[in-house]
Amino acid sequence: MRYGQGPDVLSHLNLALAPGSFHFVTGPSGAGKSSLLKLIYLAARPSKGLVHLFGRDVVHAPASEKPKLRRRIGVVFQDEMLLDHLSVFDNAALPLRIAGRKPADYRNDVAELLTWVGLSQRMDAMPSTLAGGERQRLAIARAVVNRPDILLADEPTGNVDHEMAVRIFRLFVELNRLGTTILIATHDQELIARSGRPVLHLENGRIAPRPAPMPRPAAFGPLS
Amino acid sequence: MSDRGMSERGMSETFTPQNWRPAPFLPERDERDGSLIFVVAVLCFLACLTAMGVIAANRAAAGWTGQLTGEATVIVRPRGGETPDAAAARAAEALAGTAGVSEARALEASKAYDLIRPWLGDVSDLEDLPVPRLVAVTLDGRHPADAAALKAALAKQGVDATVDDHSIWIKDIRRAGGVVQALGVTIFLLIAAAAAAVVAFATRAGLAARRDVVEVLHLAGAEDGFIARLFQVRFARVAGLAGLIGAGGAAALGVGLRIAGGGGGLTPALPFAWTDILAVIPCPLIAAAVAAAAAQFTATRLIRDMP
Ligand SMILES: Nc1ncnc2c1ncn2[C@@H]1O[C@H](COP(=O)(O)OP(=O)(O)OP(=O)(O)O)[C@@H](O)[C@H]1O
Ligand SMILES: [Mg+2]
Repeated sequence: MRYGQGPDVLSHLNLALAPGSFHFVTGPSGAGKSSLLKLIYLAARPSKGLVHLFGRDVVHAPASEKPKLRRRIGVVFQDEMLLDHLSVFDNAALPLRIAGRKPADYRNDVAELLTWVGLSQRMDAMPSTLAGGERQRLAIARAVVNRPDILLADEPTGNVDHEMAVRIFRLFVELNRLGTTILIATHDQELIARSGRPVLHLENGRIAPRPAPMPRPAAFGPLS
Repeated sequence: MSDRGMSERGMSETFTPQNWRPAPFLPERDERDGSLIFVVAVLCFLACLTAMGVIAANRAAAGWTGQLTGEATVIVRPRGGETPDAAAARAAEALAGTAGVSEARALEASKAYDLIRPWLGDVSDLEDLPVPRLVAVTLDGRHPADAAALKAALAKQGVDATVDDHSIWIKDIRRAGGVVQALGVTIFLLIAAAAAAVVAFATRAGLAARRDVVEVLHLAGAEDGFIARLFQVRFARVAGLAGLIGAGGAAALGVGLRIAGGGGGLTPALPFAWTDILAVIPCPLIAAAVAAAAAQFTATRLIRDMP
């Protein structure tokens, strides 16, 4: 894939993530980790190649079907992308509201989740008043609140202390245990080492040590 | 919204998930709204004033021509031994019997003297001059007699007279009325177009400034139509409010003018009527509709550019 008329930032990429798998993706800054995640959460289109999710080609899926697909994907953006005019609670509940769920059905779950990520005292605060780590934890809460089938996290523990990083990791493990396929982009080697989960190493837009090919439904065709 | 605003300021109420109410996806207020509302309100105000002015001017022109077409003046010159008054009476009689005339009335001599006095000065023996008499003719409103018919009726009775059916004036007034109307409509259209352009432009700018909301909702799986509708409602409300303020201001001014102008409207020249104020009613609706259309257009394009 490429941005505009720029050079290819990802190429010759061929990887498949088994449903329910848990992977890390690492690599130097600019290697293309965020770009890879963008392809999967349908925020970017490959200039060539295919992206398969849930057993289907999502690049050529009609625009009308993409919202439904996106609701099944939770994303922790590298730059959080919180809505500054909404409270912490509103931000966290956003995917549930978009999915059309009734507040009465989820308000306690949202509160519980916010408590888990340590934001129980800040539920009615505005994101602009949060510390960097708090913003990140809110972004994580929003990404997992809808129990997505795929969770993509871009540097989710970049701004939190080690203890919180472990706590968040446990949240991801729990989600994974419930069936969510997880892909986390991170520089946190210690977290990776402790997790014992497989790692994809990206360098210059390519996978360095080729991972063993895995079956669909979450697969990527060749990119160039 | 309000209870959250309270607790945010550290007021008595503490936040619990139970008293949480989903906040609108778009901020209800935006600091940019103030200037948008001001500009749109001013333009709507001007557009409403012009609309009311055009309507009143239209009525004025119609009133003038209506008065003039309903009447004709006949100047009677006495002939031979006849006295001017007798000639005038004979002319009035002849005209009254003509089809298309509802009334013909010989004016008193003094009326004729009053008309020529400015030219002659206050001459004491004015009454001795052979001054022509005037006959005022009121024409049938439905089928008015034309100048030729009046002339023919007078000639038949052997009256030496000139018929003035005001046709020269009517033509001029019609032309003047048409110019005023065209001018008013042009100004109105320009102002309305400017207001619409401002609404559309501000809506697009406001929407572009809220790109983050569009992006987050889009990636969270909101339907395109859902996102577009948020902006439609949001900006239609702001523009509608501005239109309401502008229209309200214009209506208030209209009421003031109507009251100050007394029974004849603002002045006899611009007979402003109560019903003219109704012209402001479409304004807020049009402003809201334009904003909604612009928001829909911009939001749809913004979303379509996203993968
Ligand atoms: N929006 C964009 N427009 C143009 N080029 C971009 C854009 N985003 C990323 N790039 C380029 O694409 C390449 C890969 O960027 P990407 O953000 O995927 O890297 P990354 O691995 O996530 O880096 P980091 O660890 O710093 O987050 C870089 O060369 C970057 O300059
Ligand atoms: Mg990145």
